[in-house]
Amino acid sequence: MTATNSDHGGFTMPRPGSPAEPVRARDSSTPGRVDESPPPDTAPLEADATVDLASLGAELGISRTLDELDVQLVGLEAVKQRLREIGALLLVDRLRDRFGLHAPRPNLHMCFAGPPGTGKTTVATKMAEILHSLGYLPSDHLVTVGREDLVGQYVGHTGPKTKEVVKRAMGGVLFIDEAYALHRPDNERDYGQEAIEILLQAMEEHRDRLVVILAGYRDRMDGFFALNPGLRSRIAHHLDFPEFAVDELVEIGHRMLAEQSYELEPAAEAVFSDYVARRRAQPHFANARSIRNAIDRSRLRQAARLVEGGGMVDRDSLRIITSADLLASRVFDEPTRPDDAPSPLPN
Amino acid sequence: MITQGTFAQLPELDDSEIESQLRYAVGQGWAISIELTDDPHPRNLFWDLWGLPMFDLVDPAAALGEVRACREAFPRQYIKVNAFDARKGRETIALSFLVQRPPGDEPGFQLERQHGPGRTNRYTLKAYSSQQPHGDRYQ
Amino acid sequence: MTTVSNGSTSTRWNAGVLSYKEMGYWRPDYEPSETDILAAFRITPQPGVDPEEAGAAVAGESSTATWTVVWTDRLTDHSRYQGKCYRVQQVPGNLEQWIAYIAYDLDLFEEGSIANMTSSIIGNVFGFKALKALRLEDLRIPVAYVKTFDGPPHGIVAEREMLNKYGRPLIGCTVKPKLGLSARNYGRVVYEGLRGGLDFTKDDENINSQPFMRWRERFLYCMEAVEHAQERTGEIKGHYMNVTGPSMEDMYERAEFAKELGSNIVMMDLTVGYTAMTSMSKWARRNGLLLHLHRAGHGTYTRQKSHGVSFRVIAKWCRLLGVDHIHAGTVVGKLEGDPNMVAGYYDTLRDDVIPVNPAHGIYFEQRWASMPGVMPVASGGIHAGQTHQLLHYLGEDVILQFGGGTIGHPMGIAAGAAANRVAVEAMIKARNEGCDVLGEGEQILRNAAKSSPELLAALDTWGSVTFDYESTDTPDVVATPS
Repeated sequence: MTATNSDHGGFTMPRPGSPAEPVRARDSSTPGRVDESPPPDTAPLEADATVDLASLGAELGISRTLDELDVQLVGLEAVKQRLREIGALLLVDRLRDRFGLHAPRPNLHMCFAGPPGTGKTTVATKMAEILHSLGYLPSDHLVTVGREDLVGQYVGHTGPKTKEVVKRAMGGVLFIDEAYALHRPDNERDYGQEAIEILLQAMEEHRDRLVVILAGYRDRMDGFFALNPGLRSRIAHHLDFPEFAVDELVEIGHRMLAEQSYELEPAAEAVFSDYVARRRAQPHFANARSIRNAIDRSRLRQAARLVEGGGMVDRDSLRIITSADLLASRVFDEPTRPDDAPSPLPN
Repeated sequence: MITQGTFAQLPELDDSEIESQLRYAVGQGWAISIELTDDPHPRNLFWDLWGLPMFDLVDPAAALGEVRACREAFPRQYIKVNAFDARKGRETIALSFLVQRPPGDEPGFQLERQHGPGRTNRYTLKAYSSQQPHGDRYQ
Repeated sequence: MTTVSNGSTSTRWNAGVLSYKEMGYWRPDYEPSETDILAAFRITPQPGVDPEEAGAAVAGESSTATWTVVWTDRLTDHSRYQGKCYRVQQVPGNLEQWIAYIAYDLDLFEEGSIANMTSSIIGNVFGFKALKALRLEDLRIPVAYVKTFDGPPHGIVAEREMLNKYGRPLIGCTVKPKLGLSARNYGRVVYEGLRGGLDFTKDDENINSQPFMRWRERFLYCMEAVEHAQERTGEIKGHYMNVTGPSMEDMYERAEFAKELGSNIVMMDLTVGYTAMTSMSKWARRNGLLLHLHRAGHGTYTRQKSHGVSFRVIAKWCRLLGVDHIHAGTVVGKLEGDPNMVAGYYDTLRDDVIPVNPAHGIYFEQRWASMPGVMPVASGGIHAGQTHQLLHYLGEDVILQFGGGTIGHPMGIAAGAAANRVAVEAMIKARNEGCDVLGEGEQILRNAAKSSPELLAALDTWGSVTFDYESTDTPDVVATPS
């Protein structure tokens, strides 16, 4: 009676009693859940009551989410501080509400400005969790989209496309990456403007069930907002995600290696720092994402080295990344590369 | 009164009850579609679609918004919500219920009996409403 | 012929009587192939008979063996055709009974023939003297054999799409009294029931063509009732026209007439036999009518735990030969049905892969290779006050047949039908809203009754009726409550 599809490849008919487990096989966004039961802290309070804010925050899981963020994300102190403030504001708002001190629901649409690989999506995921646990959103899911998900190819295509995305995101957070791409100033017949109009309407109409986060490079977002003042005025929080410093990137690299059960040999530590510094100065640098790519490539080289070397290997040799694995990168060739050579993709 | 749909003989569902059912359907991973017609013949299986089915919804409010929009656009038609389960072994509608009936009395159907040999009858069922052209039904 | 050097092989073929074990029917080392048909028999050997020998005897008597050695075996690849008892296990807590597992090669069976499969597996062997009792508990039908059967003419999904009814159990009612009504009065019951909210009404198993009501009259009046109820409700309705008759010619004649009248369903009884049922299945598939099966008579061989054939085997045979509906137990009604066993039958009928589940009496994993499911029918002593239990135990892909629970309603048949429909819809609605239907069932029904005087009357009349007797057919293993 309890067998499910995944157990044996066959099917079972819906079962009675408790609702079956949700199936969301094809959902590319984070799995969401809509929990309409209000958070446990909505009961009205007497005027002379007192509440322990810290334990309330803990009870709602806010502190845990923020702590996780601290552990998971290197640096980004300003962003974390801002997140704590927003969390605090919402928590206090909740509480004020219970004392009968009513204020309108705060505007929660945001802009995350910064280059790629600086943790914007990770923070958005956490934001969805925080807003859900405080009862500002019925679900904790995040739908990430880009221009191609919103803007259609022909007349009449954009409206349904954007509306479909809005419906999917409803209840959670809609994260629009490189949002400025919606606007193509060079093409006055671009359909991006139509998507913007629909988003604006959704941000207004569904304020209570949808939080929109626009993300992209700082300067290009500024330009985008300058041309779309309506959007700018609906964004309450602008968060800056700066480039990571070299030491932060090195720390990120170490964490990524540890997650995958790899380790740098002691001699490779300095090489790695040197690598990060060089790579950071090159074009197309994407912060944490570039570090991840570099690690992936060093794993390839490690594997090739082990296989070609033949002989016996042990557990440690499978874990260790050596200086040689890093030094083989073309990043180290950079200074000697002739200026007129075709620019290879930085490695 | 036609009794089509999963909740045909219960009192009409209000919007919050509709939303509860939508929440269940969305939670099961079912796609939601909204269909409308002015010909309620029981064998009229293909009602008009209100937009495309909505896949991958998380919040039932999105579907309820479409129900309301459909009602506003077609206040004199039957409107139903279908929830479609695409799982192997089902791959059909899992829940289907009316969310609007036309205003006023439903005129119902006419049963024609054509007498045949051996005391048999050929039966034909016609919706009175569908004897009017589209647009003139359910005034 | 060359001299056989192996001593045991040479004595194997000496004329005379040899134990079944020695004849090769006991093969503890045998690894069943994925195309073998596997059987689990509950055996009760006579005192002094070794269970392995008894298992081997069952394997032998249900396949190639006779009571003595015959040299003509040697003209065949006999070890291939021999049934092979490959395991014998004592039934937990029972010193007399054993479960014998037997594998049969696919070649022993005609493609698509339940008659042939039953003649082998439950043929002579059930009268075998060395056993006090014998029961076929379960069969594993290999996919290779499953694919030689057509299966249900329509199946659950196609039936729902045909009827345009989704998301809730279908509800029906058997016309009562079972016998004696004239065709016109009979049609009245059908009309009232369908108009009030039933999806189907049903002929009972022993309504065929008796002096008080001939089949043709019944079909005419019932069809009038069905069509009229459709006019009143705008909903597709049906009446199971029982076409069971003395011969196939009669059955075809009746079925053809039901089709001509526009009926969407016909029914037959298990008593007509496997070949007749298969013929009717082919007819129903060819003509696009649903086929309902009443399991009349099954209790004679399914009920007793020590002897006979388990209903889960009958269920498998019927899914293979192809019916759209089959009566499969109610758990809470007046007829035999342990909840765990019934859950096993329902799984067997509806699911695609049924994993081994001793607590539900399932001995083998059964794969149906996407053969459509059969809609189980719950019938016999159920009423609206049990809707929550019915939904809990049986799920939503089921037909709930409230016979007395419709017709005996104090406000009339249509009111009885409405009470049942409202109860089922209210329960589904509450379940979808997140209620615990089993725990809060009575309250859900009482709430629904506030806007349904028909349901209120039904609850007041039958609310407390239960049939609480101990089941005779229960699993040997009971799952530890978690």
